[in-house]
Amino acid sequence: MKAEQQYIDLFTQYEAMVCQHSAEVLNAPRAQAFAHFEQLGFPTRKLEKYKYTDVSKFFAPDYGLNLNRLAIPVNPYEVFKCDIPNMSTSLYFVVNDAFYTKEQPTGHLPEGVIFGSLKEMAEKNPEFVKNYYGKLADSSKDGVVAFNTMFAQDGVFMYVPKNVVIEKPIQLVNILRADVNFMVNRRIVIVMEDGAQAKLLVCDHAMDNVNFLSTQVIEVFVGENAVFDLYELEETHNSTVRFNYLFVNQEANSNVLLNGMTLHNGTTRNTTEVTLNGRGAEINLCGMAIADREEQVDNHTFIDHKVSDCTSNELFKYVLDDQAVGAFAGKVLVREGAQHTNSQQTNRNICATRDARMYTQPQLEIYADDVKCSHGATVGQLDENALFYMQQRGISLKEARLLLMFAFVNEVIDHIRMDALKERLHLLVEKRFRGELNKCQGCAICK
Amino acid sequence: MLEIKDLHATINGKEILKGINLTIKSGEVHAIMGPNGSGKSTLSNVLVGHPAYEVTKGSVTFDGKDLLAMSPEDRSHEGLFLSFQYPVEIPGVSMVNFMRAAVNEQRKYKGLPALTASEFLKLMRQKREIVELDSKLANRSVNEGFSGGEKKRNEIFQMAMLEPKLSILDETDSGLDIDALRIVAEGVNKLKTPETSCIVITHYQRLLDYIKPDIVHVLYKGRIVKTAGPELALELEEKGYDWIKKELGE
Repeated sequence: MKAEQQYIDLFTQYEAMVCQHSAEVLNAPRAQAFAHFEQLGFPTRKLEKYKYTDVSKFFAPDYGLNLNRLAIPVNPYEVFKCDIPNMSTSLYFVVNDAFYTKEQPTGHLPEGVIFGSLKEMAEKNPEFVKNYYGKLADSSKDGVVAFNTMFAQDGVFMYVPKNVVIEKPIQLVNILRADVNFMVNRRIVIVMEDGAQAKLLVCDHAMDNVNFLSTQVIEVFVGENAVFDLYELEETHNSTVRFNYLFVNQEANSNVLLNGMTLHNGTTRNTTEVTLNGRGAEINLCGMAIADREEQVDNHTFIDHKVSDCTSNELFKYVLDDQAVGAFAGKVLVREGAQHTNSQQTNRNICATRDARMYTQPQLEIYADDVKCSHGATVGQLDENALFYMQQRGISLKEARLLLMFAFVNEVIDHIRMDALKERLHLLVEKRFRGELNKCQGCAICK
Repeated sequence: MLEIKDLHATINGKEILKGINLTIKSGEVHAIMGPNGSGKSTLSNVLVGHPAYEVTKGSVTFDGKDLLAMSPEDRSHEGLFLSFQYPVEIPGVSMVNFMRAAVNEQRKYKGLPALTASEFLKLMRQKREIVELDSKLANRSVNEGFSGGEKKRNEIFQMAMLEPKLSILDETDSGLDIDALRIVAEGVNKLKTPETSCIVITHYQRLLDYIKPDIVHVLYKGRIVKTAGPELALELEEKGYDWIKKELGE
C-alpha cells in the first residue's frame, strides 16, 4: 500500500478542504469511496482487468493537487488553438477540472439544454444531479474509480431534454495546465433523455512541460430512442498519464457511437463499459491508437447485453511504432435471455518494429442460444508485397509505409458521423504519421 | 538501353539465374519464353529490385547507369516498370492516392513540380481510356475486388501513367479472356514509341499475335539457351520445348 498511503493521508488531512470547494452531491459519496479505496487500493497487475498497466507506479510520484481550487490564470480562447478548428461546433473549455465560464458561446444550444460546470449544477439542482452522479460508476469495484470519487470536485454536466435535437456538435476541450507536476480528477455526467440527439467531441490536451496525471470518470445515461455520439481525442504529451473511465447505460432503441482516438500520449488507460438495458439498443464502439516511442495505450472494454434484440459493433485498431506498447481487452457478455443479440468485435493491430508490443484479449461470454456473435483479433506487420508493389511504382518505402498505415486506421475514422471531424482527422492522422504532429499547441515536451 | 551481363541470382540460397546475358535496345520488343521454373519471373523480379532475391554475380546497366545499385523506387523513376504477374491488393489505399503519390514522386525525382489536383485528374482520365478502365475502378482501393482481367488492365493503366522507358510484362496474358487480352495488348501497343522498349514474358504465342516481338529468347534452367526472330515463338507453340532440350543434349 505504498502508493496509496500518501493519498490516504492526503484525504484524511484535507477532506474538509476538498468538500468545501465542491458541492454536496459530489461530497456525499466521498466517505464511502474512501472506505472502498482503503480496501481496494490501486489495482495491481494481478487483476485480469489491469494485466497490462501497472497503476500504482503512476500514482507513486508526487503531484500537486489544486484542492482549494485556486483559479488558474489562463484564457483558453487566447492561448489555445485546437487542431480541429472551423468545425462549427459549440466550443467549451475545461481547464484542469474547472469549467471556463468567462467567455462562452451564446445562443448555440437549444432551449432546455444544459452544458456547464458539474459543481454549479449540483449546487443549483442537487436533487436532479443526485439521480445521476455516481449511479453508473461504482466505487466498490475499482480502486481508481474510488480514488476519483474521493477527490473529484468539479467537471462537466450535460443535459439534453426529451426529444430535443442538437444539430451542432458540442466540442469540449480539456486543457491540462500547471507549472508543477500536477494531478487532475475530473467528472463528467451526460444525460440524454428519451428521443434526444447530440454529438459531443472531447479533446484532451496538455499545455505545459510538466508531468500530468488525470483521472476522469464519465457517466452517460441514454434514454429510449436517443442518439448520442461521443468522440474522444487525446493529443497530450509523453509525460501525461491518463486514466479514463466511461460508463454508458442505454435504454431501448437508443443508438450510441463511441470513438476513442489516441493520437499522442504518454500512458493511457481507457476503460469503457456499456450496458444495453433496453431492447433494440445499438452501440458502435470504436477506437484507435497511434503510438510510438515509449507511449502506452491500454483499452479495456466491456459490453453487457442485458436484454434481447440489441446490437454491438466494436472495432479497435492500433499502429505501434518504436517501443510502443498497446493492449486491448474486450469482453462481450450476452446474458441469459438476451436472444437475437448481434455482436461483432474486431481488433486489428500493426507492430511496425520488432520492439513494439501488442497484447490483445478478445472475450465472449454467451448465455443465450439464438444469437449472432463474432470476434477476431490480429497482430501483424505491414504487407511486404504491398510495400514492394508501391516501391516499384516509384513510391519511396517511407511513403509507402505511411500510405499503408494511413489506410489501416482510416477504417476507424470512417465510422465518424461528423463530416468535418472526419476530414480533419484524415489530415491529423497523416500529420501524425509524418511526425509533424509531435506536440500539441503550447507544449514543447515532445519535440 | 538495358545490358545484362553474366547475371547470377539466388533466392533463399538457391541459385535460379545462372549467367544471363541480354541486351535490349531502344524501340525493341523482346519476348522471353521458357518452361515453368526456368527463371523468367526471377529475372523480372531481380531487375526491379525485389528484396527477396540476391544478385551474386554479374552486372546490369540501364541507360548507362548501374541498375543493381539503385533502390526499387529509383529504378522506377529511371523508367523501369513491371506489370506484375499477380498485382497486389492494397485495401484502404485508393487508386487516386496511390497514383498521385507515384506520379508526383517520379516528378520530384526529375525535378518537376507536383501536378495540381485538376491536372492530375485530367491525366488519370486520359490514360484510363487507353485500357478502357472504368472510372469506378479508379475510385476504389488498389486492385481490391478487381477481377483478374481488371487487375491486368490496371497494370497497363499504371504503365500509361508512369510512361516507362522499359516495361516488363510478366505473364500479363494469364487470366485474361480474349477481349481483355486484346484491350491490354492494344494498350501496350498504343504506349509504344521508338524510345521505349518492352520485355514480354509469356508462355503463349497468343499474346505475341498482338504485341509483335523483334527477338524471342528461350530461358531454361537459369540461362538464355536460344535466341531468334519471332518465328521461334511459333515454333515453340507448335513443338513445345523438348526439341530445345534435345539440342542441349538432355
